[in-house]
Amino acid sequence: MRWMWIDRILEHVPGERMVAVKGVSLSEEHLYDHFPAEGSREACPVMPATLILEGCAQTGGLLAGHAERFKQKVLLAKIARARLEREAAPGQILRYSATLVRLDDFGAHTIIDIDLFPEPGAPPVRIGDAEIVFSHADQNRSGLELPEENFVFGDTFTTLLNSSGIEIPE
Amino acid sequence: MTHDEIFEKVQETLVDALGVDEEEVTPEAVLTKDLEAESIDFLDIVFKLEQVFGFKIEQGELFPDNVAQDPEYVQGGKVTEKGIAALKEKLPHVDFSEFEKDPQVSRVGDIFTVDAVVNFVERKLGQTTSA
Repeated sequence: MRWMWIDRILEHVPGERMVAVKGVSLSEEHLYDHFPAEGSREACPVMPATLILEGCAQTGGLLAGHAERFKQKVLLAKIARARLEREAAPGQILRYSATLVRLDDFGAHTIIDIDLFPEPGAPPVRIGDAEIVFSHADQNRSGLELPEENFVFGDTFTTLLNSSGIEIPE
Repeated sequence: MTHDEIFEKVQETLVDALGVDEEEVTPEAVLTKDLEAESIDFLDIVFKLEQVFGFKIEQGELFPDNVAQDPEYVQGGKVTEKGIAALKEKLPHVDFSEFEKDPQVSRVGDIFTVDAVVNFVERKLGQTTSA
């Protein structure tokens, strides 16, 4: 399984804002464990909140990474705040709207609004938000030896950017 | 804004950023040792202070950039006089009197107390009030 929790980037204002979507699908393996039928209770497949947060982090991380032309190793360092009020079920679409609120040599701070499109054609509903801090790993390594190459933004991210029509800075 | 009002807002900010109890955030509490702040928390604190007080904090303004890594400023595990002078110049909001008695690099983190953050905010707001 590829660790990719956004399907497409819809909007990108470099250094400012990125909007991405994720369609929840019943073919996703983890939905069979989250949550399976038990006794008289029917199965209840919903997108795990942790993976919704990962989708937020990938959107915010791509926004922060792109702002530094992918020269920094942008690692999720802290979820400063997160709120989620409703589940996302198969057939529904999640939308993550990330804003870059601070960026310096050491890291980036992002705020991500989480919306849900409950059914095709229905207007989105705000179901939560998150505030995520990223570290530029080479500036905060605390004695850790990190590889030279940028292991954060690999092929999968390149594919996502390309398929979304986002230019990758040289 | 009075010194006490600034302290209360700094206290709220640190409770929010570090997940500690209000009672723990005393003026003399050290951010790392007493409140268990890690390096990434400093980024979060800087951001939250900007939001709460409505000013911009430049990189290295509240917490220093790599002074401890500069060989001119650190020798034999201790911060040199030149290093301390550089730190003082960069960080006028910090009280170095305790640190100067035993300037081990490993103790640099101890200079960042809640009081130092309050002093920083007071200076940024252009105030000289004291409690």
